[in-house]
Amino acid sequence: MATTHTRSAARLMMAPSVILLFAWMIVPLGMTIYFSFLRYNLLMPGMEEFTGFLNYQFFLSDPAFFAALTNTLLLVLGVLLITVIGGIAFALLLDQPMFGQGIVRILVIAPFFVMPTVSALVWKNMFMNPVNGLFAWIARSLGFAPIDFLATIPLLSVIIIVAWQWLPFATLIMLTALQSLDEEQKEAAEMDGAGFVSRFIYIVLPHMARAMTVVILIETIFLLSVFAEILVTTNGGPGTESTNLTYLVYAQALLQFDIGGASAGGIVAVILANIVAIFLVRLIGKNLEA
Amino acid sequence: MTLRTILLGAVSALAFSGAASAETLTIATVNNGDMIRMQKLTDDFKAKNPGIDLEWVTLEENVLRQRVTTDIATKSGQYDVMTIGIYETPIWGKQGWLAPLDKLTSDAKYDANDLLPPIRSGLTVDGKLYAAPFYGESSMVMYRKDLFDKAGLKMPDAPTWDFIADAARKITDKGSETYGICLRGKAGWGENMAFLTATANSFGARWFDENWKPQFDQPEWKNTLEFYVKLMKDAGPPGASSNGFNENLALFQTGKCGMWIDATVAASFVTNPKESKVADQVGFALAPDNGLGKRGNWLWSWNLAIPAGSKKVEAAEKFIAWATSKDYLNLVAEKEGWANVPPGTRTSLYQNPEYQKAAAFAKMTLDSINAADPKKPTVKPVPYEGVQYVAIPEFQGIGTAVGQQFSAALAGQVSVDQALKNAQQLTEREMAKAGYPKK
Repeated sequence: MATTHTRSAARLMMAPSVILLFAWMIVPLGMTIYFSFLRYNLLMPGMEEFTGFLNYQFFLSDPAFFAALTNTLLLVLGVLLITVIGGIAFALLLDQPMFGQGIVRILVIAPFFVMPTVSALVWKNMFMNPVNGLFAWIARSLGFAPIDFLATIPLLSVIIIVAWQWLPFATLIMLTALQSLDEEQKEAAEMDGAGFVSRFIYIVLPHMARAMTVVILIETIFLLSVFAEILVTTNGGPGTESTNLTYLVYAQALLQFDIGGASAGGIVAVILANIVAIFLVRLIGKNLEA
Repeated sequence: MTLRTILLGAVSALAFSGAASAETLTIATVNNGDMIRMQKLTDDFKAKNPGIDLEWVTLEENVLRQRVTTDIATKSGQYDVMTIGIYETPIWGKQGWLAPLDKLTSDAKYDANDLLPPIRSGLTVDGKLYAAPFYGESSMVMYRKDLFDKAGLKMPDAPTWDFIADAARKITDKGSETYGICLRGKAGWGENMAFLTATANSFGARWFDENWKPQFDQPEWKNTLEFYVKLMKDAGPPGASSNGFNENLALFQTGKCGMWIDATVAASFVTNPKESKVADQVGFALAPDNGLGKRGNWLWSWNLAIPAGSKKVEAAEKFIAWATSKDYLNLVAEKEGWANVPPGTRTSLYQNPEYQKAAAFAKMTLDSINAADPKKPTVKPVPYEGVQYVAIPEFQGIGTAVGQQFSAALAGQVSVDQALKNAQQLTEREMAKAGYPKK
């Protein structure tokens, strides 16, 4: 039982770390908000002045903004779709007893350990390159014209690359959920005459609901800010076909050196990400409570 | 006892290292072939300048630009010597961000008067030199003599765009992966926009009129872009919208391009038998024109500069003098052969008979550099300087965004008309935001 004394002592002792953590978040955020109201271009020193909501006005009226918004959402949804469905499929496969199970599992999980830039470079130069790439070679040897992935279907290509990296994570979580399923339950259902499909729909899938929620929540957080893959492969292009919000803010800050505009964009991105987060927690976070 | 010995040892080691490394210069540079070579040759500098140590930060062009620009704009002083382009130098010089290289210009042994006039004038603001050129370049046509012979064509020294387009279509044989022409398509103000802006000059187009009004709604730009997109569709390699200098270099070296219009500095790479499959078949010609009085070639140089307020100006000057001197050219020639000397900066190099003999591209490079006029780059009058760029701080951002649109047009994602409309709109937006026209 904590007395008032020990409680206040504990508060006092925790204070430095709390303050530090708080400052860690508040200071950059505060500076970003401050910069977002300034005309602040790195290349024009001494020209800083307060401009009100001008930066926001320019950012929100930028034609690239709407493209970036849709691309961000498409990217998140696309990767989630592939990784959740693929993750369940892989988990079911890996759960089967087979020869060399350990090695197969390691192989399936391996992409998660590859750095995003490295995997993006490999995909871009070895697989998707329309002249020297593997896919082009396959297409040509089958008598088809090779697809120029990064120019004709840039967003889909990025989705494929990112999904490849996140699939192992989803598989891993789904597999652990699957393994925690009580075998007796399945056996009982089987004896009652339930086929594979109905066992999957009525027993396995509900059991994995919580794991799916975890995958969706965690992946969404990371996928909203995908950057390296886009920078390495398409540079947001052609046009704004594969520009997401993160890339748009990067372009403002480090290609145009417009710190004011980039800060406004960053704040807009933070607000939008929070809306998505609240929405997600409300909608599917319920699964975690039970 | 042991503790004391260790402490004593540590202290003396500290004192010793303090005495030995009097000064360390941190040099930021690009990962281009000529700079990598310079890095390997630094023992020569260290031997001549004991007490100065060098630390290299070698980066890819776009990354270097970001690092160097943020470093100098926020005055964080990470680098003592910076590699910067001919675009940045006058802008930064005017803003007082760079230390003037007065010592070099007054040094008779360094002989600043030997620097090629177009380059030197591009690096000078109000009579002061703000950066010393490491290598300079223009652009020109590099072509395969064997493919031209096979098609019964003969490349003139000064071709027209019509001839180039016609020849490119004749040479193309997609079945055997031979593409008539390889051109830049990767978005970026220093990538596709360098090529397209220079090309647009020869079509009579310009970025802005005298009142800083963007000109993408004018017929000259439409002609340029339509010509380029159509030519690349007929005779270019697949995936051209993500090809920059390095990608095209690889395509040309592996024998997949009939022609390549790009930086003159590529000449020594494509004629080097160790790197290029087609080394003995490469010919050179001036960048094409349309009979309007301007050719489609640009002017660029990579230069070494010192940030203003640096505490190591003296050592940095010594290094720059070494790296851009005549002696350095001799040093490279002695170790790697004359053809590999950094080109395009000194008149004396082009008068050197040994260089003329070793480098078949020497004359064409010099002619191309001299044909570029940054002060008067376009057919119609413009309020800006710069051949393949517009020398205002806002250009990096605008140029890259417009480059994105044109790369999308090349990829077939948008039509030429739409790309031009978008380019016009976004340029107007950015110029309005930046407060143009300024007086």
